[in-house]
Amino acid sequence: MTQELAAVAEPKQASLLTRLNPLRGMNLSSRFWIALVIVAIVMLLGLAGFVYPTGSGEKVGSLYDAPGNGLLLGTDNFGHDVVAVLMAGTRTSLTIGLVAGIVATLIGVAIGLIAGFVGGWVEELLMGFTNVVLAIPSIIVLILISISLPQSTIWSLAIVIGITSWPWTARAVRAQASSVATREHIDVARLSGARLPEILVKDVLPYILSYTVMAFVLQVSGAILAEAALSMLGLGPSGTDSLGTQLHWALAFQAVASGAWWAFLPPTIVLTLVSFGFLLLQASLDEVFNPRLRRGKKKQMKKAAARRAAEARALAEAAASAVDGSSRTRAGESA
Amino acid sequence: MNENATPDPAPHTHRAESASGPQTSADGVVTHSVPTDEAVLSCRNVNKVFNVAGNKVHAVDDVSLDFAAGKVLAVVGESGSGKSTLARMLLRLMPVTSGTITFRGQDVTHIKGAELRRYWTEVQAVFQDPFASFNQFFTVGSLLRRSLKLAAVDKAEADALIEECLGYVGLTPKDALHKYPHQMSGGQRQRVMVARALMMRPKVLLADEATSMLDASLRVNVLNVLHDLKADLGLTVLFITHDIGQATYLSDRVAVMEHGKVVERGTTEEVIFSPQAEYTRRLLADVPDLRGSLKQR
Repeated sequence: MTQELAAVAEPKQASLLTRLNPLRGMNLSSRFWIALVIVAIVMLLGLAGFVYPTGSGEKVGSLYDAPGNGLLLGTDNFGHDVVAVLMAGTRTSLTIGLVAGIVATLIGVAIGLIAGFVGGWVEELLMGFTNVVLAIPSIIVLILISISLPQSTIWSLAIVIGITSWPWTARAVRAQASSVATREHIDVARLSGARLPEILVKDVLPYILSYTVMAFVLQVSGAILAEAALSMLGLGPSGTDSLGTQLHWALAFQAVASGAWWAFLPPTIVLTLVSFGFLLLQASLDEVFNPRLRRGKKKQMKKAAARRAAEARALAEAAASAVDGSSRTRAGESA
Repeated sequence: MNENATPDPAPHTHRAESASGPQTSADGVVTHSVPTDEAVLSCRNVNKVFNVAGNKVHAVDDVSLDFAAGKVLAVVGESGSGKSTLARMLLRLMPVTSGTITFRGQDVTHIKGAELRRYWTEVQAVFQDPFASFNQFFTVGSLLRRSLKLAAVDKAEADALIEECLGYVGLTPKDALHKYPHQMSGGQRQRVMVARALMMRPKVLLADEATSMLDASLRVNVLNVLHDLKADLGLTVLFITHDIGQATYLSDRVAVMEHGKVVERGTTEEVIFSPQAEYTRRLLADVPDLRGSLKQR
């Protein structure tokens, strides 16, 4: 009796579970989960610095001690534990990436939304400005701004990176916004008395939010690389460890020539993982938001077509037999 | 606009009495009769020129129309004849290239800001696509409440107004307000759109192909709603359609548009049953269910 009840309850529970899981309907690919795991590992590495016993500024050995003696990755040129420095550096790089990504996305979305939606000379003006900014090589602007700042902190660096990398987001958002602007619901909103800022936030932004999220992910990964490039040139945040400054010191103290791979390989690998993880995340999000890009779709469609064909055949057979039957009765009637 | 009260400089607008039969002006506009009632909304010599890849496209060419209070005027024409452009200009969603739009004797061609929002409390619209008209991220309730800001009523009155307007289109707040657009059928959505337009208690309702994307049974449903609104609220309706059958069913007067020009106008009987313009005859000949009656003629 109880077994029967359980058997009855089981499918119900399953359906409840599927209904409660909002991610199910999004059809997330394995790519997405791999990307998420990579990004999560890097984030955990950054956060692990808080619980790691050795501080990143603590001297635990001499110049380039090889791994061993309780030091997993040896020491760097200052005699600091490379693992501790790597954790602090990852945290700094992620923070800079996040802040720069937010700054770039905010500026890009604001300019793109207004240009795409309002159109006319406003669009010409804003997009002209965007194209000018785009044409200037941003690394030169970055270097000039970094030099002219009296003191380089991670926040100033993040903001500088942010305000040089928004143009791509602005262009992508403008294209999307101008296509949303022609939809009828915008006319309905205007007829309802909505003003421009309200229409932009409530009626245009939600429709392009998926693109904005993807652009944000790309901006974060781009900003982390930009920080690494700047820091490697010695323009990084002063007095702070980041993946870029780690590489900078490794270069300055001949780590490559002296074969101290533990000084430059770990930050390189983490940087590669970060940018690969974010790019993969962006690509898999693209698949979620744009079903036409989904892999395996063709196979699924073929299967569905075969199933439909089989159903149609069965239906046709059933109909044919029914017609046979009815024609016979009619023939019988007429006779 | 009263034809006698305001002198009209347009050469092709006639002071024709309906008894004297259809008249054709120099540029080929057939006018059977002019409305005798006072016009709520009217447009004079309205033009719209689009620049498409360097070419000038004359979408609306010198159109003058009057919308008599409490009547239904149908604007009929094929796709691309400028009907929707005309509607968008009348709604002030699109600027005119030249010409004037008058609402209750006031020139509204270039009003802006607060004045324009006040105009929209009097003139509202229902659009063609019941899917694209909705912001899919908001419920019906928030859509209607948003429109209420324009109506400027307090909270208690607002709920009553929502219930009243949904009632006009045969819906109740209980089964509509909490729903998202994708949870409703096309007919329900279009009725919600009609309800939204009514929230401001407008004088004029523009229905731009409001029924063309609905299937036959729902179409009659919405047409009946529009007819009842005209009868009960004294609403002036501008019904834009490519379907002469629907225009005949609903409207008091008909204007036929071809390539941005009005080619024929008059009461429904005059235009549909004694068409003068070549284009109107062609349109009528293309209507499958009227063909029989035309052959008898």
